[in-house]
Amino acid sequence: MEKLLHSVYLDEEKCLGCTTCLRNCPTGAIRVRGGKAIISESKCIDCGECIRICPHHAKLAKTDPLETKKNFKYKVALVPPTIIGQFKPKYTINQILSAVKALGFDEVVEVAYGAEIVGQALKYEYHARKYPRPLISSACPAVVKLIQVRFPELTDNICRLKSPMALTARLVRKRLREEGEYKNSDIGIFFITPCAAKTTMVNNPTASEYDKYDQIDGAIAIKDVYSDLADLIGNCPVQAGIHNTTADSCAWALSGGESDYLKNKNVLYVDGIQNVINVLEKIECGKLETIKFFEGLACIGGCVGGCLTVENNYVAKMYLKYRVKRMKQNSIVHMSDEYVKSIYNSGMMHIKERILPRSPEPLDQDINKAIEKMKQIEILEEKLPSLDCGSCGAPGCRALAEDIVAGKAKEIDCVFILKERIRDLSILTNDLLQVEHPTEKPLSKKE
Amino acid sequence: MRYKLILDVKRGDFDAAGEASRKIKDILQQLGVSSKVIRKVSIAGYEGEMNLAIHSLGGKIILEVGEEELSLTIKDIGPGIDNLDLAMTAGWSTADDKVRQMGFGAGMGLFNMNKHADNFLITSKIGAGTKIVMKFSLE
Repeated sequence: MEKLLHSVYLDEEKCLGCTTCLRNCPTGAIRVRGGKAIISESKCIDCGECIRICPHHAKLAKTDPLETKKNFKYKVALVPPTIIGQFKPKYTINQILSAVKALGFDEVVEVAYGAEIVGQALKYEYHARKYPRPLISSACPAVVKLIQVRFPELTDNICRLKSPMALTARLVRKRLREEGEYKNSDIGIFFITPCAAKTTMVNNPTASEYDKYDQIDGAIAIKDVYSDLADLIGNCPVQAGIHNTTADSCAWALSGGESDYLKNKNVLYVDGIQNVINVLEKIECGKLETIKFFEGLACIGGCVGGCLTVENNYVAKMYLKYRVKRMKQNSIVHMSDEYVKSIYNSGMMHIKERILPRSPEPLDQDINKAIEKMKQIEILEEKLPSLDCGSCGAPGCRALAEDIVAGKAKEIDCVFILKERIRDLSILTNDLLQVEHPTEKPLSKKE
Repeated sequence: MRYKLILDVKRGDFDAAGEASRKIKDILQQLGVSSKVIRKVSIAGYEGEMNLAIHSLGGKIILEVGEEELSLTIKDIGPGIDNLDLAMTAGWSTADDKVRQMGFGAGMGLFNMNKHADNFLITSKIGAGTKIVMKFSLE
């Protein structure tokens, strides 16, 4: 797949320009122009809200087809715990994972394996004391981007441990390298993704989280393989012992799953992008100073609510909780405190670069010009009807005023202003109709 | 070139709590003020806004932005503060139980404003009201 900054895109054929997505975008990244929705590259955080909300299913996430894997000699599927919630608990986890393997993979690895390590290492990172409080989870890439775009003052609070997905990929590559049977370039690792944000992370070369040792070669949407899996589960050979993770690590797919690893009462976990925004606003204002760790997940319920999943998020949560309660395994085979510590101390699970703000551009680099533009925006805003109807193609009247000042829209894009102009014009037309021109014969008067 | 914005805050209006601070933050971001300064203004502004809603009879927040500094004025119409030195002490509060139950009234408001502003000036008169002027350098 070509490298993309975003995985959310528009199917132009299906988009009617209906404006539903406009007002539901948490970063105001969408405009409708020429009857089609346009997504701003700099503002989109890949949260997937527009994919969920579009009544015409015109918003999609660009993922890789299953066939992409044929380019590699040794094919590995990374399976997030979210997938377990997609199927009824009457099937065993071994059956589900074996079905994934039967899609044509040589090996299936649970991302929960990496989650267990990241979860346990979280307490070391928490006590490292280099973070302002609260420490903010980096698990959800959409929330990380949200903070970069809308809460730039909080970027230093973001935990710089890699995601379970990236760490798992790295450990798989490390093991295969040590085994020596395949060249690194012959190994294809594919993430079975529940959401657009993770897809972007896999495909985005600029994601600071990555280096070549944790390369993931593609992201395959859960919904794209769901029917095949449903056919295979229970009808394909089951590999015993393929499932090797703990209840805690599988709970990462649920809101609060990561927080539970800290065993600290001052943690706050929130799911749903709007709820996350509300709480981040409080954190930003210095309220909630008693909170030491904050886990924010963009989708309702956590990853089980991802826009590329199939099962209803509440049902998926119920299935997953049911299984987690019944899992017997308390620890992963071969995983000791020393092992987790050695990985933590090796530096391989740390994001090297600082996570930097991606604040939107100011109105102008020169503050005087910016103030001048702000005044123009406010004058325009006064003229607009404050209805935020979206008919102009901007998410609200304020946004239209900003677009006009930026030269990207016109006043008459507002249907109410257009109506006013038409009314003024019709009054003028009517007045002109009454005028008798000197050289004209008198109009015949109706009796 | 100076920018000025006046926002009203009503007594007891917890539904709108935080709206003024949010608006101020958005405007400062668009004017290109650094995120470090915005954070300080956000904290001080939110405290001021909550003070108006909880303790005052209502008032205004006035934001003024110039080339080198910005000021935030919190002005109310009463009741006024009796002992300013005491009111500035961390943890001192006149908030009643109802307000405390809502998670406010920890007595850190004026203390936090003073802490985050580069320059803090408060005047108050019983019966007339309180006026706080905070200045923040843009460097």
